[in-house]
Amino acid sequence: MNTLMNSNHDLAAAYEDEQLQVTHFHARSSKFNIREAWTAWNGYKFADYYYDAQYEYFCVRNSCATYDICPMQKYYITGKDAMTMLNRLVTRDISKLNINRVTYLCWCTDDGRMIDDGTVFRLSEDKYMLTSGSPCIAWFKKAAVGYDDVEVTDVSDEIAALAFQGPTSCEVLKKMGLEGIENLKPFNIMHFPFKGDSDKKLTISRTGFTGDLGYELWIDPSQALDLWDELYLAGEDYNIHPYGETALNMARIEAGFILPGTEFNEALKTVHLHHDQTPFELNLGWLVDFKKPHFNGRTALLKDKTDGPEYTLVKLDIDGNKAADDSYLYDSKKCKNHIGYITSTMWSPVVKANIALAMVKTKYIKGQIWAEIYYSKEIRPKQKIVECTVVNKPFWAPARARATPPLRY
Amino acid sequence: MNHYDTIIIGGGHNGLICATYLAKKGQKVLVLEASTELGGLAATREFSPGFNASVAHTLSHFSAKVAKDLNLAAYGFDFNAAPMTNIALNSDGEHVIVEGWGASSKLSGVSDKDKESYREYHQLLKRFADLLKPFWLKTMPRIGHSSLKESLTYAHLGLKMRMLGKHDMGEFMRVATLPARDLMDENFDNKQLKALLSWDGLIGSKMAPRSPNATILSLLYRMSGKYEGAHALPKGGIESLINALKSAAITAGVEIRTGAKVKKISIKADENGLRSEGVELQSGEQLLSNNVASAVDPKRTFLDMVGAENLEIDFTHRINRLRCEGYVAKLHLALSDLPKFTGLDSLDGRMVIAEEMDSIEFAFDDAKYGEASQKPVMEIVIPSLADSSLAPKGQHVLSAHVMYVPYKHKNGWTEEAKAELYERVIDTLASYAPDIREKIIAGEILTPLDLEQQYHVTGGHWHHGELSISQMLMMRPTYEAAQYNTPIPGLYLCGAGSHPGGGLMGGPGHNAANEILKAKQ
Repeated sequence: MNTLMNSNHDLAAAYEDEQLQVTHFHARSSKFNIREAWTAWNGYKFADYYYDAQYEYFCVRNSCATYDICPMQKYYITGKDAMTMLNRLVTRDISKLNINRVTYLCWCTDDGRMIDDGTVFRLSEDKYMLTSGSPCIAWFKKAAVGYDDVEVTDVSDEIAALAFQGPTSCEVLKKMGLEGIENLKPFNIMHFPFKGDSDKKLTISRTGFTGDLGYELWIDPSQALDLWDELYLAGEDYNIHPYGETALNMARIEAGFILPGTEFNEALKTVHLHHDQTPFELNLGWLVDFKKPHFNGRTALLKDKTDGPEYTLVKLDIDGNKAADDSYLYDSKKCKNHIGYITSTMWSPVVKANIALAMVKTKYIKGQIWAEIYYSKEIRPKQKIVECTVVNKPFWAPARARATPPLRY
Repeated sequence: MNHYDTIIIGGGHNGLICATYLAKKGQKVLVLEASTELGGLAATREFSPGFNASVAHTLSHFSAKVAKDLNLAAYGFDFNAAPMTNIALNSDGEHVIVEGWGASSKLSGVSDKDKESYREYHQLLKRFADLLKPFWLKTMPRIGHSSLKESLTYAHLGLKMRMLGKHDMGEFMRVATLPARDLMDENFDNKQLKALLSWDGLIGSKMAPRSPNATILSLLYRMSGKYEGAHALPKGGIESLINALKSAAITAGVEIRTGAKVKKISIKADENGLRSEGVELQSGEQLLSNNVASAVDPKRTFLDMVGAENLEIDFTHRINRLRCEGYVAKLHLALSDLPKFTGLDSLDGRMVIAEEMDSIEFAFDDAKYGEASQKPVMEIVIPSLADSSLAPKGQHVLSAHVMYVPYKHKNGWTEEAKAELYERVIDTLASYAPDIREKIIAGEILTPLDLEQQYHVTGGHWHHGELSISQMLMMRPTYEAAQYNTPIPGLYLCGAGSHPGGGLMGGPGHNAANEILKAKQ
């Protein structure tokens, strides 16, 4: 009996090292998480939502809100060969990326299958920061083989990062005393002495994952809580609030952004042949630049482009208001010929439409698309077949997201 | 500017062979050799005033087809030189001697049972060697996307194996990847004989008798030669082969430039993909060509000359991980006179110092952990007996492959470490030839690191990459580059790092030429 109790005790102890880490903002953000609605991202305790996902979504769309991106993976690529190494790693041409500029890009396997997407920041002549949703250090280190002067360093834990998004975000930053922030153009980076102290550097990029006006704030972890306090003080009258994964997911669908595990399967984690995707399938052909020097997956991607991908990711406006979760798509109301599947879907409050992202066999995109939707009405299962319309522009792309200075809200 | 059909990088035997085949088909071919001499590891160089030697010191499986196709006899290469006697030295003079070749070999110093076993053993291995022989001069099928012709190669191999009969087919499958030690133990009693016979599967590799990984397969590869594995030294020495290849190349119209070190293979990338456009020399000179064929080792070709920036990531990683660290050092001695080996009358054989398989194994153990063997094992030849021009009249050259000497010494290859190794090797020699020290006029030992630096071969590896099953056949040097063409259109491999492998054989040069010509049609 005694032994058994001991062993139970030991069993719990065995999990000691596997407890989730908390982010640099946890001491503040956790106060908002009144329902302890935690999930996990890259080993960090991470909010699914804080108070109410719908409320947080409306903060993103109507005022401003913060999203803790400490768990996002960040890598420094440094050295004389950093640019050449990166340019071979990713499909976009980054050789012309200026210092203090950011760009969105993706990287693929030798076979042109997409591993992940992310952003690259050019911090100085020979220093870049690459971000990704999932850990990618092994691949990046492999990608550095054969270069004399390049170092890949995982700095995920060494930078505190907070996305700050929404139509009032610029106003709040101005109120925080960040002079000239309104002149920061999309995908540009600015550096500020934090609280007027030039030893403490606050870096701000005009980037984000919501499709609206927004910024990402980067600072040394020692300043993380101070940054939070400054921001929340300035944002008090602007309805500032943290948002979790659920609200983010809503915003990014409206913006037409893809997620791993949803729109694409990370190639290095894909078991079944071709259950991953190429950028062309994901409608990211604009990220692939065949005019640049060699890049990984080039030969396979050129073939994919020439042959045309079997599937293409499209944005759909679906009739009715029932979310088409996991729906099959057909080329007629008879639902005989299966032509694709829904990857993400929601009722969009700002667009006032039933929207979705879907993979559709390329040759059927121009024809009729019907979704077979199963839903529940007070626990009774229901089914309906509705027509879908392909939408070419992002569902949500307000002018203020691009304007500099951002339009007042 | 001159525009070539094909530029060959590396004027070793494979580069010259590939070039000559192409030129004979009307191609405008340029061979670029970094050194001042052609021949690569088979080049003869003066290591001491009046004394010359080449790193490769015998021939065992030079391709008869290549010799015939290129008419090397007409250029002074004696393909029919008699096979050398193999001698397993014993410090007491109780040597084991294998004279002649094949089934008619005469063994002495072993029991009647071993003599009988040897005949059976040799016949069995010869059947296997014959089975494989056609495949050394064939392009291996591509993994994944085999054409009909490539698939037929599989079918051909399968049929050949089936035709061995049930027993031999089973034995072939069992024996091909067996550690040498197992094969020797089940056939022979005599320790020296076992060491001698396992030697040919191991020499040049990072393997010892107990190592699994196709040492027997590489033995069978070497048995593809005229004398079924026995070595020979042509009249005029190894130099006569290189000179013949050079003459054949020049006659065929090949342009040869020595002292022309290639810095980069020029790669063009545009909307249509990549393509090699020629090469850039160290001097900055640009040379243009439709094709580039590199006889340089794969690691150097891809990582240094093509550059990771022009290659795929996983592919680069595999090239970077190729096993290509050499474990053989080369000893050259300038001798005032022939030494006296205890109990041996004639020194024109191939003498092996490895009294038992464990001698080889223990020597390997030291090297595995970054030290030169405390008791080195070696293969000795006096090449000046076949080619008197190598040394001043009446004097001689001793040439020895010394195993195992790691490419990376754990404390670095300092002058002291080299001197210590040299002394240890001479001491070892002296226990078989007690008067050796008094005959030495000069000597040098080249570690694999020296070989790398002097001969531009990564790791100083004879074969440009281990002949182990993971790097053989359709895996040599790695998949996606095992059919002589590479991920970069217009760039080919034609050196020892490609199928079938190294040694003075000529298969890679021959096969690569076929592929280049096929692509042109």
